[in-house]
Amino acid sequence: MGSYIGILALMGLAVVLCAVFATISWLLGPKRNTTYKNAPYECGVAPVGDARERFPIKFYLVAIIFILFDIEVVFLWAWMTVYKGGTVEFIKFTFFEFLAFMSTWVLGYAYILKVKAIEWDEPEALPSEIQEAA
Amino acid sequence: MKITPDMIVFAMLAGMAALSAVGVVAFRNAVRSALCLVFTFFLLGFLYFALNMEMLGITQIVVYTGAIMVLFLFVIMLLNLGASHVLEEKSDPKKVIGIGFGVSLAVLLASQIVPVLIKVNAPTAPEGFGSPQVIGNVLFTDYVFPFEAVSILLLLGIVGSVLLAKRRLS
Amino acid sequence: MATPTAAQRAAGTALDFFTTMILLLIFAIGCEVSTTAWAESGKFTQAFMDWLRSLDPTLQDVLAALGRAILAIIPVFAPVPFIIWYERRLLSWMQDRIGPNRTGNITFSRTSKLIPSFLKGKKFKLFGLAQSIADGIKLFTKEDIMPTKTDKFLFILGPLIALFVALTLGGTIPWAGDRRFTPVADINVGLLYVMAISSLGAYGLVLAGYSSNNKYSLLGALRASAQLISYELAMGVSLAAMVMVTGSLKMTEIVAAQEAPLLGFIGFLPNWNIFTPFGLVSGFIFLICMFAETNRPPFDLPEAENELVAGYHTEYSTKRWGLFMMAEYMAMFTFSMVFSTVFLGGYHMPIRWEAIGMDFMAGIERSYLGGLSVMMLKGVAGLTLYIWVRATYPRFRYDQLMNLGWKFLLPVATANLIVTATWIMISKVYGAAPGWMFAIGLYAVAIAVYLLLRSKKSRQYLDTRAVDMINQPARRAPEVVEPVAEVTA
Repeated sequence: MGSYIGILALMGLAVVLCAVFATISWLLGPKRNTTYKNAPYECGVAPVGDARERFPIKFYLVAIIFILFDIEVVFLWAWMTVYKGGTVEFIKFTFFEFLAFMSTWVLGYAYILKVKAIEWDEPEALPSEIQEAA
Repeated sequence: MKITPDMIVFAMLAGMAALSAVGVVAFRNAVRSALCLVFTFFLLGFLYFALNMEMLGITQIVVYTGAIMVLFLFVIMLLNLGASHVLEEKSDPKKVIGIGFGVSLAVLLASQIVPVLIKVNAPTAPEGFGSPQVIGNVLFTDYVFPFEAVSILLLLGIVGSVLLAKRRLS
Repeated sequence: MATPTAAQRAAGTALDFFTTMILLLIFAIGCEVSTTAWAESGKFTQAFMDWLRSLDPTLQDVLAALGRAILAIIPVFAPVPFIIWYERRLLSWMQDRIGPNRTGNITFSRTSKLIPSFLKGKKFKLFGLAQSIADGIKLFTKEDIMPTKTDKFLFILGPLIALFVALTLGGTIPWAGDRRFTPVADINVGLLYVMAISSLGAYGLVLAGYSSNNKYSLLGALRASAQLISYELAMGVSLAAMVMVTGSLKMTEIVAAQEAPLLGFIGFLPNWNIFTPFGLVSGFIFLICMFAETNRPPFDLPEAENELVAGYHTEYSTKRWGLFMMAEYMAMFTFSMVFSTVFLGGYHMPIRWEAIGMDFMAGIERSYLGGLSVMMLKGVAGLTLYIWVRATYPRFRYDQLMNLGWKFLLPVATANLIVTATWIMISKVYGAAPGWMFAIGLYAVAIAVYLLLRSKKSRQYLDTRAVDMINQPARRAPEVVEPVAEVTA
């Protein structure tokens, strides 16, 4: 058996505990539902409209930039474990490879800073387009 | 073929993964479908674990479950796909045809694969197979160009996504 | 009773301190004895072990894994009431309040005949420890309210995912030096496992917020997910530098790498990553990200009560809310443990006992209970920091949060990563001394560049903004309060 069996056991236990808590919360406590009690909380007034509103695209942008940078790091994890213990040739060769890889990272980062992709106060258009509009 | 405990664990994981994959198409609520997909990816990571590919398995969980599926959920919430019942048709011949095709394809594949698989002995992985050390060595020496090409690809991805999300349509 | 004088108070404090020390010493000896007792093993243990060995090897593996899993869950799960009590008491102390100090005190009657004579009039103090337990019982017996039009399945699933994440986060952390009991699974990618599991935490919050059918909840969930993913990136990059230095993703090897002499030549101090220059930067970034990942103040924007009522758990009440809270406290504790494993030498004490010839202490360190209690102490230190920061700093604005994550932590972590790689390259190829010189020089340049940029741009921007706000003319003329005519007798 691989060592991952411990992880599986831990997750199984966690799932069992979660199930126990779900069951307890279902069993215990009174259940007297009324319309007003079950209304969504909106500071005491009757809820207006649908709660599932659309939201700004900034969040989407942050998520996708996160994914791209995250994948860049994932490519490095494996190399990091062998970098320090490698031969001198290996260290020399892979160091410059790493620098080349990181240079695209820095380029990408500079780009998102330049177009203000993660600026929270900015309007949702590219700077060049704002200038054109003005 | 001898049934080992590893195979039992693998079968359980694979069965659960397949079930939740069915859930992805079966649920009408898009968020629940996405959640099933999350679970499938999560179990896929463990399938890799069961095959001695620890690095690949954890990458699967980090990238797909931890990052890409969050984006999926964002998109679903962004589009506000609440009223899916509008899209439903009452008697849909596509469903029956689709199920027929799916089942026949499964039978076809099974008839070809299962007889071969029964005869095969479980291969034993060499020492250190799938560990981060081995992958790191190979990725940075034998596969230099694909590796650097990936970094360019990711850079293009960043530029493309920013353009898509921030460009104002005139 | 008269109020104690300052001298009496000081004497009392000193007495408390000595009592604590003596208790600690007794505990340490207990650790040693328990280790030897386990090694010799009594009759019952022997019989049990024999029975275990007679089983099928696979079953043995599974049972051992289950046992280790239980041993990994207990240190996270059991302290939750104490953690809550500790937070409330410490926070009240910092804010000059008293906090829960009564619940659980028992005073036996002096006169009742039902009480045995040796208990009459005796008072047992629990210092309010029972408060969290009482709160728990209250939460679990209250009515469960689910708002209309919720997605019931997802509503129930949300807090459970949060709990699942908090329980499984510590799966690869070695709690002590004894490899029979811990860690649950010493996989080759232990550190990445922590990253992977903590990234699942976003689902709990997003699902809770989405399924609640409440605008505040949805906003809270959005904020939460954007915050979690932003800080996860900086966290990953900062940990990456540490992986490079230690050369492994395995948690036990990361701990083992920190057993070496500090910086290679200071013999009696261990080489904890936080003591090395790269580790200090990484640790600082990791610490900030740790606060953000657990949604604790000053990063508690997803549940900012003066903007979003309660954020993603606005509609949650009773046990389900309790599950969220429990998960949060457990995650705090586990993240402190991860921090101590990667940066503070894991279950080791800050002195290399072998180097100075104290084998007794080294033995305690190696035993299960000893290692576990060192880890626990480090965890409590982490919790104290969490609470201290909560008491000190105000909450961020959302744009400040994003700027901190993306424009400060991420570039600094990336620069740290590149510098660490360069340092390793130079010190391996050209020798140790040029490596150090290069690293220190580069750090100086980096700090100078950062200060230059900061003084030029962002500082100016922030300052002008603040000045604008101050210089704004008042909207209304200040009200003139008519002096009330004094009533003369």
